[in-house]
Amino acid sequence: MAVLSITNLHKRFGDLEVLNGINLEVNEGEVIAIIGPSGSGKSTLLRCATLLESMDRGTMTYAGVKVVEEDAQSNSVYLPQNKLRQVKALFGLVFQNFNLFPHYNVLKNIIDAPICVQKRNKDEVIKEARALLAKMGLEDKEDAYPFQLSGGQQQRVSIARALINNPKILFFDEPTSALDPELTGEILKVIRNLAAENMTMVIVTHEIEFARNVADRIIFMAEGVIVEQGPPDEVICNPTLARTKAFLTNLAER
Amino acid sequence: MTFSTLMQLASGLRTSIYIFVLTLLFAFPLGLLVALIRMSRNCLLRNAMRLYISVMRGTPLMLQLLIVYFGPYYLFGLSLKNYPAFLAVIIAFVLNYAAYFAEIYRGGIASIPIGQYEAATVLGYTKGQTFFKIILPQVIKRILPPITNEVITLVKDTSLAQVIAVLEMFTIAKQIANQQASMMPLIAAGVFYYVFNFVVAFTMERIEQKLNYYQ
Repeated sequence: MAVLSITNLHKRFGDLEVLNGINLEVNEGEVIAIIGPSGSGKSTLLRCATLLESMDRGTMTYAGVKVVEEDAQSNSVYLPQNKLRQVKALFGLVFQNFNLFPHYNVLKNIIDAPICVQKRNKDEVIKEARALLAKMGLEDKEDAYPFQLSGGQQQRVSIARALINNPKILFFDEPTSALDPELTGEILKVIRNLAAENMTMVIVTHEIEFARNVADRIIFMAEGVIVEQGPPDEVICNPTLARTKAFLTNLAER
Repeated sequence: MTFSTLMQLASGLRTSIYIFVLTLLFAFPLGLLVALIRMSRNCLLRNAMRLYISVMRGTPLMLQLLIVYFGPYYLFGLSLKNYPAFLAVIIAFVLNYAAYFAEIYRGGIASIPIGQYEAATVLGYTKGQTFFKIILPQVIKRILPPITNEVITLVKDTSLAQVIAVLEMFTIAKQIANQQASMMPLIAAGVFYYVFNFVVAFTMERIEQKLNYYQ
């Protein structure tokens, strides 16, 4: 069954058509990497999927829950706010800049939302948070504040924060772009481990080699549309379209 | 200088402290409210607050005190009998300081990265939770230094209450100085103000240190 299904997504900022009819279906356990030049709409797509931006047209369904539907004029209609809040427990988002809360320690960063928003049992949440921290190799850091951690450690905390509600799908928005090259590896390893556990993931990334290794499907976007998609070996090794070829050649020449 | 002079000054100091405490008590929350309206999307409300702040900062506090106290009589012919001057002082001070605090809050709120709001939104926090749990604590830490400036100014501004005959410390010091033809009461008042502000600055520094547990 599809965890996430988006149809005919249109999004414009003023006169600029950022997304121009995106159809995306993410199946359970699937790992999708979205690549493409900057300005192609990758991040906007992720922001629409995570409800940070509202779509102008199109529909969106999360695990059977119709989050966005179209009215008669095919304008997008969202669920009411209180319902949307419940939908937010179905997915997690990992930001490029981590966006941890600096005034909360590591543990509180992870447990505050499930306790205050989803009203989950505190002891249970703390237990799960500690298990996640152990998985991220941060079991001794729960009392640390974000400024005391390296970028890679902060990003691992933010992944733990995104995982605490057992989401059905995890989004990554260029998760290694703010990291030193030597810290990039530790985050990619965490994502690889999650993939091995069959976590459903959508990753916007510039790490082509990583995308090729970890993704089941590569989506190449340009100018607000999905230009080409398929298994990594097809899209990256044998791109059929000139636009994809040009992008990959540019990257290879870096 | 006699003991009784000091006691008189101390009773004036008590009034000064009342003005100080009551002004902060009301101006801190009112300033936050003004800042939020000043940043709201409603153009009318936003500009109303802009005008309010502009007038409060652009005219002397002494004039504002006179208008708040005598305005009801001159403008509307209302009696001043049941309108204590002390109340007028508090109203004028709160309105004035809320305007300054509002601009400080606004700068602080604008300095919080947008990513903090986005992370909170994705995690499902409501707008109220996001503001009070995530944003405001970080704002307070950032605005403490400029707030300390204003609070110290407030201690000295309490002496302006004399223009509508509220017997705070400065009024009393001047009266005694005239009676005794001596400068000592004024100097003693100066020492009191200095000690008052020393305590304020020390307290604010302690609060800043307390909030230094994160960056």
